Amino acid sequence: MATYQEFIQQNEDRDGVRFSWNLWPSSRLEATRLVVPVSCLFTPLKERPDLPPVQYEPVLCSRANCKAVLNPLCQVDYRAKIWACNFCFQRNPFPPSYAGISDVNQPAELMPQFSTIEYVVQRGPPTPLIFLYVVDTCLEEEDLQALKESLQMSLSLLPPNALVGLITFGRMVQVHELSCEGISKSYVFRGTKELSSKQIQEMLGLTNSAASGHQGRPMAPQDPAVTCRFLQPVHKVDMNLTDLLGELQRDPWPVPQGKRPLRSTGIALSIAVGLLEGTFPNTGARVMMFTGGPPTQGPGMVVGDELKTPIRSWHDITKDNARHLKKATKYYEALANRAAVNGHSIDIYACALDQTGLLEMKCLSNLTGGHIAMGDSFNTSLFKQTFQRVFSKDYNGEFCMAFGGTLEVKTSRELKVSGAIGPCVSLNAKGPCISENEVGVGGTTQWKICSLSPSTTLAMYFEVVNQHNAPIPQGGRGAVQFVTQYQHSNTQKRIRVTTVARNWADAQSQIQHIESSFDQEASAVVMARLGVFRAESEEGPDVLRWLDRQLIRLCQKFGQFNKDDPTSFKLSESLSLYPQFMFHLRRSPFLQVFNNSPDECSYYRHHFVRQDLTQSLIMIQPILYSYSFHGPPEPVLLDSGSILPDRILLMDTFFQLVIYHGETIAQWRKAGYQEQPEYENFKHLLIAPLDDAQEILQNRFPMPRYIDTEHGGSQARFLLSKVNPSQTHNNLYSWGQETGAPILTDDVSLQVFMDHLKKLAVSSAA
Amino acid sequence: MSQQGYVATPPYSQAQPGMGGYPAGFGSTPAQPLYRHYGGPPQSFPAPPTGKATCLWSPNPPVKSSVYVFLPIGLHQVQVTRASHWNCLCVTGQFGGQMAGPGMAGPGMAGPGMAGPFQGGAAQMAGPPQKKLDPDSIPSTTQVIEDDQAKRGGQVYTTNLRGQVPPLVTTDYTVQDQGNASPRFMRCTTYSFPCTADLAKQCQVPLATIIKPFATVPKNETPMYVVNHGETGPIRCNRCKAYMCPYMQFMDGGRRYQCGFCNCVNEVPPFYFQHLDHMGKRVDFYERPELSLGSYEFAATLDYCKNNKPASPPAYIFMIDVSYANIKSGLVRLVCDELKTLLDNLPREDGAESSMVKVGFVTYNKILHFYNVKSALAQPQMMVVSDTAEMFVPLLDGFLVNFQESRAVINNLLDQIPDMFADTNESETVFAPVIQAGVEALKAAECSGKLFIFHSSIPTAEAPGKLKNRDDKKLINTEKEKTLFQPQKAVYEQLSKDCVSQGCSVDLFLFPSQYVDIATMGDVATHTGGSIFKYSNFQVERDGQHFLSDLRKDVEKAIGFDAIMRVRTSTGFRATDFFGAIHMNNTTDVEMAAVDCDKAVTVEFKHDDTLSEETGALMQCALLYTTISGQRRLRIHNLSLNCSAQLSELYKSCETDALINFFTKSAYRAMLNQPLKTVRENLVNQAAHMLACYRKNCASPSAASQLILPDAMKVFPVYLNSLLKTGPLVGSAELSTDDRAHQRLSTTAMGVEDTQLLLYPRLIPLHNMDVASDVVPTPVRCSEERLTDAGMFLLENGCSLFLWLGQACPPELIQSIFNVPSLAHVPVDLRSLPELDNPQSKKLRSIVDSLLDQRPSSMKLLIVKQKDRSEIMFRQHLVEDKGLHGGASYMDFLCYVHREIRQVLT
Repeated sequence: MATYQEFIQQNEDRDGVRFSWNLWPSSRLEATRLVVPVSCLFTPLKERPDLPPVQYEPVLCSRANCKAVLNPLCQVDYRAKIWACNFCFQRNPFPPSYAGISDVNQPAELMPQFSTIEYVVQRGPPTPLIFLYVVDTCLEEEDLQALKESLQMSLSLLPPNALVGLITFGRMVQVHELSCEGISKSYVFRGTKELSSKQIQEMLGLTNSAASGHQGRPMAPQDPAVTCRFLQPVHKVDMNLTDLLGELQRDPWPVPQGKRPLRSTGIALSIAVGLLEGTFPNTGARVMMFTGGPPTQGPGMVVGDELKTPIRSWHDITKDNARHLKKATKYYEALANRAAVNGHSIDIYACALDQTGLLEMKCLSNLTGGHIAMGDSFNTSLFKQTFQRVFSKDYNGEFCMAFGGTLEVKTSRELKVSGAIGPCVSLNAKGPCISENEVGVGGTTQWKICSLSPSTTLAMYFEVVNQHNAPIPQGGRGAVQFVTQYQHSNTQKRIRVTTVARNWADAQSQIQHIESSFDQEASAVVMARLGVFRAESEEGPDVLRWLDRQLIRLCQKFGQFNKDDPTSFKLSESLSLYPQFMFHLRRSPFLQVFNNSPDECSYYRHHFVRQDLTQSLIMIQPILYSYSFHGPPEPVLLDSGSILPDRILLMDTFFQLVIYHGETIAQWRKAGYQEQPEYENFKHLLIAPLDDAQEILQNRFPMPRYIDTEHGGSQARFLLSKVNPSQTHNNLYSWGQETGAPILTDDVSLQVFMDHLKKLAVSSAA
Repeated sequence: MSQQGYVATPPYSQAQPGMGGYPAGFGSTPAQPLYRHYGGPPQSFPAPPTGKATCLWSPNPPVKSSVYVFLPIGLHQVQVTRASHWNCLCVTGQFGGQMAGPGMAGPGMAGPGMAGPFQGGAAQMAGPPQKKLDPDSIPSTTQVIEDDQAKRGGQVYTTNLRGQVPPLVTTDYTVQDQGNASPRFMRCTTYSFPCTADLAKQCQVPLATIIKPFATVPKNETPMYVVNHGETGPIRCNRCKAYMCPYMQFMDGGRRYQCGFCNCVNEVPPFYFQHLDHMGKRVDFYERPELSLGSYEFAATLDYCKNNKPASPPAYIFMIDVSYANIKSGLVRLVCDELKTLLDNLPREDGAESSMVKVGFVTYNKILHFYNVKSALAQPQMMVVSDTAEMFVPLLDGFLVNFQESRAVINNLLDQIPDMFADTNESETVFAPVIQAGVEALKAAECSGKLFIFHSSIPTAEAPGKLKNRDDKKLINTEKEKTLFQPQKAVYEQLSKDCVSQGCSVDLFLFPSQYVDIATMGDVATHTGGSIFKYSNFQVERDGQHFLSDLRKDVEKAIGFDAIMRVRTSTGFRATDFFGAIHMNNTTDVEMAAVDCDKAVTVEFKHDDTLSEETGALMQCALLYTTISGQRRLRIHNLSLNCSAQLSELYKSCETDALINFFTKSAYRAMLNQPLKTVRENLVNQAAHMLACYRKNCASPSAASQLILPDAMKVFPVYLNSLLKTGPLVGSAELSTDDRAHQRLSTTAMGVEDTQLLLYPRLIPLHNMDVASDVVPTPVRCSEERLTDAGMFLLENGCSLFLWLGQACPPELIQSIFNVPSLAHVPVDLRSLPELDNPQSKKLRSIVDSLLDQRPSSMKLLIVKQKDRSEIMFRQHLVEDKGLHGGASYMDFLCYVHREIRQVLT
């Protein structure tokens, strides 16, 4: 048998699934004792170039509350043309089209290598993708210009038949009509007045008075000419829209001294949501909001327009001193839920030096699968490239985005689903496999993910419900089926079905097996997501304490030690990295609010709960590469000891990419040796990390902040704050002077952390 | 007054018998249906108590209620003598027992169906005048006007005397300001106030001044001087705040002055000090307008500006209703085309190169469209606001622009507007939000301004200020009739306030095809110094020119914005009531969003105390306003009147035209709160009291049957009668409620000239005009008798212009004027006279042009052929005749008034 490493890798490659445990404890009691729950990271649209979709409908189990999809784990009676559902054991006849089925003539979905399979189904007319730009005009001239250019550029990236719309806002909100010839026309709304969806549609002239009698239900688009006034196919209006964008002016209302510009973000978004809700319900659509500052008026305002009252800080929030926080959050949550119901996702591109209210607005993107990008200015490559990358295409030349996804989870009887953490909302679908024990977004078997990319990853949490005294027969397997329905960017409706199974193991007799099936990377991420999820609603220290307790319990469960003897403590290889992940997680901005504004935290957390395992791990524990004359570049410990004068370091924290030149290298560079032909090797050394960084920059979404710094540079703080502070001003002199750089911090180092962990794990008092 | 004699007459029940008796003037055409509506409902004048049956004026009681067969006692003889001593006119009536049968009713006489104010009373007693009474013998307005013109026309009127009665408004004179405001600015009902409140009460002559602060001054008179007193602002009395004026008495060698209004003694500021000459006059008397003139302006300082910020030039916003009706009628295109050239003529300061006035554009139906016409744009931008519940302006920069700078974009916009909405089928409109939008726009731009609203229909769309049709003819002649004239909603009241506080004047151009509730829609306009223009069933070909010339006049005329007027008086009396297109927050400050050269405010005064004959009565009208270029100014008009303990002095210096202006405005206001009947009764009562008081106190004893009128008031009855016959007061279901409301509202801001002309139109005979001379032929009396079959007449009253062609009009004249061979060929839908190269045509056109030039609004020329259907309209304006919708003839009214006077006297 292959090692678990290989098994895990293979499963991830094929199904996009990583379980925390690859052998499942067979009873509820044992499962709870494992500390890390049975859970997985699931990437619904994992790129599978080798998986051509099949062009027919999936075969479903006929039991009303099961409806599982036929899969390789089902038992099939080829003669009787009957298959047994592996979830509910219902025996189902094959549909007539499967008449020719036999051992040798199996449909794809029965072959083991198709544990993940994609169906293309024909349901309803294909609907074009919709992109609705919501643009803040209270920007500096330079910023606005840059943004306008980016938006104009984006028109060329959209599929030609996609519908596009434009809303601009400042003190007022303008919905631009795109179809008109000659004069440019826009509908203007007051930025302070909350309007119902119906009112918005009436004011935009989207309801014809004769039809509006139908109990106020939003009308489906009957007259395309009417809706098309605001949402037009790109190929028809790109010239028009390019001009329109070109003519966009800064918000003309005067901003008195000492005031912020009045920014009606809340109303602009509610109009965007209302417009789509009325015209294209249940159709894939992206609202892309570009803002250069916090909402300052109307519902959803985050801060008043007086500059003398600063925007809320963590301090204000803990002191319950953030006046608008609760109201604004509630407002945006309501909006997000409305958008989610209709399958519309909302992106936020916030570029400003100060906070822009992401804390309040984050749910818009978090609940609808939208992106959040944060930068200092629209006139930076960070924004420009990030934005461009939204429209990146896959190997087929199709957009790496999918819309209106629903994810359904089915489990075999011994297992129930507790919940999910990711960019999704509950669809409140009741079913037999819902656990009473809710984790994350639970109480449902279906989740809506309004927008998906190939890297969108959800953490799913399960509960083993088998009672201790009702053992599962040896060799039994538990199975989980993920059914993801979505609108492909080429407007096809598709269903991807992933069915996975793991063996049950008796935790008492087979604890070693279970231990070795532990996927510490996946576990670190699912636990981190839980921590982040908790951090949204709980106090930071409580979450840290909870994480610590979990870690200690895990170590107690699996560590080998003599009671009360910390030196005897040992962890097996499958768990050896886990404490280190936890150490870095504790220091990460996902859980530490110190030094991060509320907006930054929201931004970091937003990305953390949607990226796949690799990226998540980078976020938890940044990667550090070292470049020197001594050999090829090598990954080094994320430790202050790695900071040496004759090295160039490249650190990737996902959000930042830091190139750090050691003291000597920096001096050489300053002296210009790289310019001299005889020092060409130095030149190469300087270029090598740049090239590597470039490679990362090419693929990462969102674009990381690129930092080129050197020993003593102010930007070096990005590196210094991440590395393990093994040398600090406190212990500097007890260590060798030659190695590493001291970090001026009172944070504990990994060594101290581990010592404590060992002590607590072995303590008999605990 | 007792009402016992009043007989309510069913409107139509008695109509038939009288119909046969139509006089020749109405044509021998037996086409009664055509004139059917001539039989208006009865007027509600009370008949005298029957107990007075023995008196000369006693009516015979009705024989039957349905058919009034009276035995009218004819007016045998009217002697007109001039009582030289009293300088008054005695109209003596003697009444014999001769009876005139009902069939003998003459022209202007009521057939019973045409019951006038003398229903069941005096009307029927007046015998056929052609037999008994020479109409020429009763006081003639045209004669009075002619006499005054002959006496004072072409002369210089110097305002150096206190209490001097100016020439009539119709007279052509030149004013030289020597310490009192020109009568063009201020005109009083009497130039000699009674000394005591008792006297004032006794004579009941209203004490009022009609102030037209921006009246147009002829070129040959000196324009307004602007005085600048520097940073401290104009010098004012410390106590009453009156401004420095000729009535300030300098003393103490010029170091102090005594205020002529409150008698407070003030220090003269050092910079203003000047020595006095031996007469006690300042040496610089003739160098300082504020010491030697009745009218002048002060430059205002920041203290006189809103929020202590300098004012900005005003803005004109054109708001065009683009609903189906206006598109279809072609109005939208017409307006848009006109604006392209009209905007070059925006008002500017004298000598300024271009106008500082900014312009903005809005179109609307159920929703509003604003336009960004910033000069930097290649194309105008439209911004739609559909949230009419809470109006706001969607843009700031680019909405109000300088026309010269943005000409290209604006022309582009004006080209596009008619096409953009060409296919509209939106027929609903909003109205209050439109005004609100204008106010908000001006507020945002921090300036004052004017809205030109071109509106078609009653606003029924769901929005604030939504109106419903409440035109109920059943209410006419009931207690509730007044509700037809009361504005409908509080929304508009608040809107008026908003407008006034922002200095936003509203001019309303209405193009209705049916009832639009002008009483409500015009409310804002009439409280903000605006005007209402109405073009029913507008058609471009027919009414286009008329409308355009109104629009041009309106856009181009001289105007001041964001004005506050205060009238200060010397001790003993004070201003108590104000009539005009104004808004008042308190009892003294008259706020006007705008005031133009045609707007007048009528101010009524009451006694506080005894006035002294020696010091007289002084008044100072101070108007703080923003000029067309955005400067803050104070315009001061001063006027001094005499005071007398002798009523005869008062009657001698009365001004009939001013009096009737006051009566018109007060009656039109009273009709909002009182039944029309009461209003009419009160008018006649007061008039009777005024005349009776004169007779009792000033006239020499004479026979009771003699009607004696003071010379200065001798034509007052004809005006009063005409007023009673005006649409608003007549109470006839035949008239459209909107027309009545419109006339009521447009009168509120009228000056003396306008009311005079309105109530006594000019009827100019054209058939025998002297083509060689420049003078306009002398008008004749407004009576059918003056028309001749072979004649051609022009009639104008400031609102309408008729060209009446007699049946026997000479074909040569017709040919020379119309270029058609005969009367039958004259097209009646002609809207302007053809330009022909012959003396008659030229002369007539020059007359018409000069008339149009003089009037504040343009008049549509209507060609009326004798005995044609359209003649009815024309006849309404023959005010000496019996009213078509009710109302007495001049003669009858005179008799009625006489009776009333006698009743007062007994």
